[in-house]
Amino acid sequence: MSNALLLNDKSRGSKPGYAPSVDESDLHTEHMVLNMGPSHPATHGTTKFILKLEGETVADVDIHIGYLHRGFEKMCESGTWAQVLPYTDRLNYSSPLCNNVGYVLAVEKLLGIEVPDRAKYIRALVCEMSRITDHFTAIGAGALELGGYTPFLYGVQAREMFYELVEELTGARLTTAFTRIGGVKHDLTSDFWEHVDAVLPEVERLMIDVDKLLTNNRIFYDRMVDVGTISQDDAISYGFTGICLRSTGVGYDVRKDYPYLIYDRLDFDVPVGHRGDNYDRYLCRVEEIRQSIRMMKQIREQMEPGPIAVDDWGVVLPPKDAVYNSIEAMIAHFKLIMEGVKVPRGEVYSYTEAGNGELGFYLVSDGSGRPYRLRIRPPCFALMSGLKKMIVGKLLADIVPTYDTINMIGGENDR
Amino acid sequence: MLELILLSVAKVMGIVMVFVMAVAALLTWIERKQSALIQNRVGPNRASVAGLRLGGIFHLAADAVKMLTKEDFDPETDNPLMFRLAPFLAVVPVMLLFAVIPFGPGEHFLISNVGVGALFILAVSSLGVYGSTIGAWASNNNFAMLGSIRTTAQMISYEVSMGLNLVGIFMIYESVNLQDIVIEQGSLIWGWLPAWGIVLQPLAFILFMTASIAETKRAPFDLPEGESEIVGYFVEFSSMRFGLLALSEFIGIVAVGATAAVLFLGGWQIPWVQGTGGWLTVAQVGAMILKTLFVVWLQMAIRWTLPRFRYDQLMRLGWQYLLPLSLLNIFITGVVLMFVEQGRI
Amino acid sequence: MLDSQIEYIPVLIMLAICSAAIGGMLTLNFLLGPKRKNAIKNAPFESGEKQIHSPKRRFSVKFYLVGIFFIVFDIEAVFLFPWATLYRQWLRDPAFAWVAFGEMFLFLGILSLGLVYVWRRGALEWD
Repeated sequence: MSNALLLNDKSRGSKPGYAPSVDESDLHTEHMVLNMGPSHPATHGTTKFILKLEGETVADVDIHIGYLHRGFEKMCESGTWAQVLPYTDRLNYSSPLCNNVGYVLAVEKLLGIEVPDRAKYIRALVCEMSRITDHFTAIGAGALELGGYTPFLYGVQAREMFYELVEELTGARLTTAFTRIGGVKHDLTSDFWEHVDAVLPEVERLMIDVDKLLTNNRIFYDRMVDVGTISQDDAISYGFTGICLRSTGVGYDVRKDYPYLIYDRLDFDVPVGHRGDNYDRYLCRVEEIRQSIRMMKQIREQMEPGPIAVDDWGVVLPPKDAVYNSIEAMIAHFKLIMEGVKVPRGEVYSYTEAGNGELGFYLVSDGSGRPYRLRIRPPCFALMSGLKKMIVGKLLADIVPTYDTINMIGGENDR
Repeated sequence: MLELILLSVAKVMGIVMVFVMAVAALLTWIERKQSALIQNRVGPNRASVAGLRLGGIFHLAADAVKMLTKEDFDPETDNPLMFRLAPFLAVVPVMLLFAVIPFGPGEHFLISNVGVGALFILAVSSLGVYGSTIGAWASNNNFAMLGSIRTTAQMISYEVSMGLNLVGIFMIYESVNLQDIVIEQGSLIWGWLPAWGIVLQPLAFILFMTASIAETKRAPFDLPEGESEIVGYFVEFSSMRFGLLALSEFIGIVAVGATAAVLFLGGWQIPWVQGTGGWLTVAQVGAMILKTLFVVWLQMAIRWTLPRFRYDQLMRLGWQYLLPLSLLNIFITGVVLMFVEQGRI
Repeated sequence: MLDSQIEYIPVLIMLAICSAAIGGMLTLNFLLGPKRKNAIKNAPFESGEKQIHSPKRRFSVKFYLVGIFFIVFDIEAVFLFPWATLYRQWLRDPAFAWVAFGEMFLFLGILSLGLVYVWRRGALEWD
């Protein structure tokens, strides 16, 4: 609404000769203060927005997080290094494998070991599959909360296909715990690639459907463009990473800039936006799905047979056959289970590109078999701190898509 | 007089209680099945009677039983009377719309041949705003309050264009009586083109459909509900009260279907078939029902395809697009009619 | 009673029947449903928290504007209906045709001017 119609318009009052006939200070609008969340459909039970509304406009917002806090970091200190791994599944629960990989890379960095090539390829493969499921969830949920139930279900259907692949590999959809310190749990199943071949055309078809329903849909476009905008400088100073940073035009991607695993051997592009709004984040996600599929194909070509874990019984469990038949393996097995991997004293920060951005693990070891301190840098936390800047001054309805495109995941954010 | 009353009771029972309620109830099932079809799902199929499932059609009965046996719940409110009145205010107006809709030729398929039928529709449909506004306001809930304001703003904004869209129809058919309008639509232009509203007023048809979907508060205009934003204006309603508010929405869909069929799709007229009587009348009633169902299907397909508007976009669409276009439509109709009457076309 | 009034008797009958049907459904629900009320259950929903503000407060003046526009434009629309039904009849009368046509121009013109005015004043910008 233009200023001309606001009753307590300052510029009119300051004109010479203009004397208000009524006391205009009494003609104000009262703000409505509203709890949006935690038990609200858009906030998934994990966030509370205390909104100060002027009509439908958000005049101010107070964001409360922590509803899903479960003492993750403290919990990790009581387990051995290997026992921490299943906890990491529950960090970003839409891409658990990225967390698994991030964690073991940190421990291996502290141990100073290098895993065999095949293990690296398998890790990169599962990471990319998880990234795809993460992005499909974010795109679908975003559409759902704008009222587009159909694109949501198409997204979920495509995601389901990847979940089935993950299930085939790891035996679980969410609680994967697939990686191991020093390698991965087991090799690809013999007909894994055939299943991938069967899935990819279906996914392609669904992506075209989602694309038709959303990308050039005028309503969707209007709801997303210039909503939840953040400038490049703000994004950097808030510590944004991942899609949210790239949507502002900064092409920072850990996989490209500080390659880990075998990402330096893969040919892929990092999509970058220029407006830093919801629509760019949506487009970046769609493109990253395509790039991840492209990477999966390259991994298939480059992968060669070989061991999937280091040959060191101090780190990796010996084969069952050896445990039953040799005393050395038996002792190694016992010590690994009871005492855990003896990670040398020291501290390390290791970071990978997870679904939402840079997922960092900061580990401190005192040389015993358990972490002395384990700190996680969840990508969402930084994004949530910038959320206020993205929604104040916009409409109430804009909170929903903005909150969805930053893809706040309670498990990771609240730990 | 007694005869009139008995006849009216019979017609109301026949048209509203049997046809409309049956279609509205079926719609709750059809909507779920159609959306399932669109979304590669199976849809409801669990409810069974004596081992028969019939594609889950018994969910209708299951839903009704569930609604009836849930707790009749009141929130803490200062206006319990208003809260209880809301379901009546929401459902009765949309049902009353069917009083003036001619389902077939003659007076037997029409409850009341009110002279100003189309105006009756506009007037009564605008009463529908009270149900949701008052109900939400009386819920003593901030989300419902936001929904209530949104409902009011949305419905009154789109009512303006809805009324103006119909002006073109009134100009062409020289009447506001729906039966007259349908009869006029039976004629042929140049001997082959049916003089339906959609042929003569294509722009008005699109605008009318847009405005009426907004009036029924269905996606993409489901802002008052907007479950992911403000949870909905009927958040405090449960059990049968919620059921009735939901039912009013479904009856509204049928009402929009019937109104659009009467005004734009030739009502009970079958193209290129003149006259009435005997089996032809039955066929014509069938044609009217088919046309109604077609518009209903159209609304459902739209609902499951498009995401939701935002408040400012909705208002902008209503005032900056629909309203000027409606005025333009009247103007164009006026000019064309001028030429037609002077024999130049 | 006028003929045109008799037409409304079925409408009144319909009103009565529909209200009775709805009342019946609600009564049935009242009789069949459980009644276990408690203060927490009956508290208004506010995302699982206590209400900070009661909803019965002044709301934004922006919504009032919509109401005003509605009254202005809807009442003008009402004037169009009688004119619309008679328009063709007037056009058939050669002496009156141009008057009817000019009237329409004038009325729609004024209506459009009003719309252009509020538009230019920025009243149709809603955010």
